[in-house]
Parts: sequence; structure tokens; C-alpha cells
Amino acid sequence: MRLLTHNMLSSNIKGVTNGFPLLIEAEKVVEKPVDFNPDFLRNIFPKIDWKALVAAARAVGYGELPDTADAAMLESDDFLRHLHHALLQLHLEEGALVCPETGRRFPVNKGIPNMLLHEDEV
Amino acid sequence: MPSKIAQIRLVGSHFEVYEPCDDSFALVDALLADLTNLLEHKPKLCMEVGCGSGYVITSLALMLGQVACGTYYIATDINPYAVKVTSETLEAHGVHAELITTDIASGLEKRLTGLVDVMVVNPPYVPTPEEEVGCDGIASAWAGGENGRSVIDKILPMADKLLSDRGWLYMVTLTANNPSEICLQMREKGYASRIVVQRSTEEESLHVIKFWRDSDRLLEASETGTVNKIVPTRVIESLLSHFPGISLRRSGNSKSS
Repeated sequence: MRLLTHNMLSSNIKGVTNGFPLLIEAEKVVEKPVDFNPDFLRNIFPKIDWKALVAAARAVGYGELPDTADAAMLESDDFLRHLHHALLQLHLEEGALVCPETGRRFPVNKGIPNMLLHEDEV
Repeated sequence: MPSKIAQIRLVGSHFEVYEPCDDSFALVDALLADLTNLLEHKPKLCMEVGCGSGYVITSLALMLGQVACGTYYIATDINPYAVKVTSETLEAHGVHAELITTDIASGLEKRLTGLVDVMVVNPPYVPTPEEEVGCDGIASAWAGGENGRSVIDKILPMADKLLSDRGWLYMVTLTANNPSEICLQMREKGYASRIVVQRSTEEESLHVIKFWRDSDRLLEASETGTVNKIVPTRVIESLLSHFPGISLRRSGNSKSS
């Protein structure tokens, strides 16, 4: 699971009002090269919750993102390269996503998060 | 030259996962038939709900290209075996989609709202007893409840939520699902529709329908202050003319074969 996908996922347990962002417990993180596409990054940037991305990147051991970001930084090649790496090249391969409100763990195996709920959570 | 769609010999398999069948082929054929429009559309985010073996999302990724072309893919399935097989199929073709084991798009509805430019769905459309809907394993690939509409009727509001202003939805339906009624319901939400592929076998009659937000319809709706509660006769006629032989005849199905 890429961190861009993590940025789009929330806890889906019934009654949870503050299910975003999911905390990351990382057991295994892998890097997979992806072609660099600045336009893709510029397009997706406004949709990203920056704070959640920075926390997710740190949780998988990547500390190159600044605490805050604004659209002007998209002019910087360095910034774009770091964003590219954080959003697309880092994969949470094994671990869990944890609901910030209830502490419920959603397992991630072979890069696939399992968001299926138990009967009493729907 | 690389193949533009997934190759059957490279599609993963598992006894609990629905194999590519007529309905899957019809959906991929619809995407191929609309490929010129899709390439022009330049979708940034494509999503498949119910990816099964991964045949369709892999084909779409091969047709439209990856991040280098500006496109991101997400696929979901309620069946964990299906998601795993999809990951094998994608890998065998050298393409990537983000995979999530979940019910339709549960967990994505908050942050993915209005971001999906293309959604493809081959839903469980086979009429079955209601209690079979959502069962574990391969049954989730076909069990559609009454008129095969139980899951479809949950997917459509979710699609409406997730699709962007320029979002397109391609969905497989069976005659028994009453596709003309589905089109009318989507029309009330402001979507135009057309049949991209129609296929009849001895056992079932399939339509792949494309839906897109029709700005004229929305404008008309806002002017009259109502979203088309009364559908003009000409609209119904034009819709019904899309579905020749759509009588009350119930088709059998082959989705469980």
C-alpha cells in the first residue's frame, strides 16, 4: 500500500467520527521505483492531507518531508522528488492501520490492507 | 508490441475466486470500444469495485498506462482471495493498482469523495435468495439478491459519491436487473447513460452501460427545482429503445458456472 492510498483511507467502523488518519504500525516497508511525473504530483497535491502524509512517511521511516507545505513548493524539483518518493515509491508491505478513535487494528499483509468489519462494527 | 489487455494465461486463479467469463470480457470489450474517449478523458484516478481475478483492472491499466501517464488505480473486493489473485494478475502483467480488501468502497467514502474519474464495476448481478448476498468466498462474485439488485443498489449511491464532476461509470447488468430502471434512477441523480456493449448468450443477456454526469440535466433540474421526478415520455421511450426485448422475461444465468 502506497502512502497516497493511506491518505485516502479512514476507519469505517460504525459510530467512529474521527477515523482519519489511520495510524501506521510498520513491520515491513518496501521501495518500488515509479516513473517520475511532476504533473501527476501537482494534480494530486491539493487533495492530500499534508499532516497525515508527513506522519505516515515518518511512521515508515522517511523524514524528508517538511512539516508544512504549500503549492509554491511544487516549483522545487527537490520537493517534488521527495513527494514522489513518499507518495508513490514507499509501500507498507506488512503491518497494520490503527483506528485513531477505537484502537482497532486493520491488518496489512503483502501490501493489502483489510478493511472488512466484524458484524458488530457495521 | 505489448498486448493492450490482460492475457488469460497470466490471470491468477483460486477456487474461491470468480474466473474471467463472458461478463468480464463484455466489460473489457466496452472499455476497448470506448478507448479513444478514455484516452482523451485522461482519468487521473480509476477504480474498480469488485476486482475478482483482476482481469478488468489489469486490462484498464494496460490500456491507459500507469503513473507515468498520470493515472492511479485502486481496486477493491470483499473477498480477500480475490484481492490476492488480482495482485498476482497485475504483477504478471507488470502493472500496479492499489488493492484494498473491503465492502464496495468502505473506508474510502470520506477522503475519495469526488476524486474518481473512471469507475468500472462487474457487480454480483445474479438473482438469488437474499441470504446468499455477501456470503464468504466466490458466492460474493455473483449473489445479487432479489432481481440481482441488492449489491448494485448499494454500489450506485457510492459511485455517485466517489465520481468526480467528470466521472464516468461503466457497469455490467443483466436483463433481470432491469437496466432501464437503473438508467432512470441514475438520471434522477443527473447522469446520462448509454449502452456500450450488448451481448446475448443462450443463458443471459448482458449490457455494459456507461454513465456520466450530464451537466444539461443538472441545469434543467436546478431550473425546475426538482431533479426530474417526472420523466418525460420521450426519455423513457429513448431509454427503452436501447433495450430491445427487455420484456418481463427473466434470463437464466451462467455467472455461477
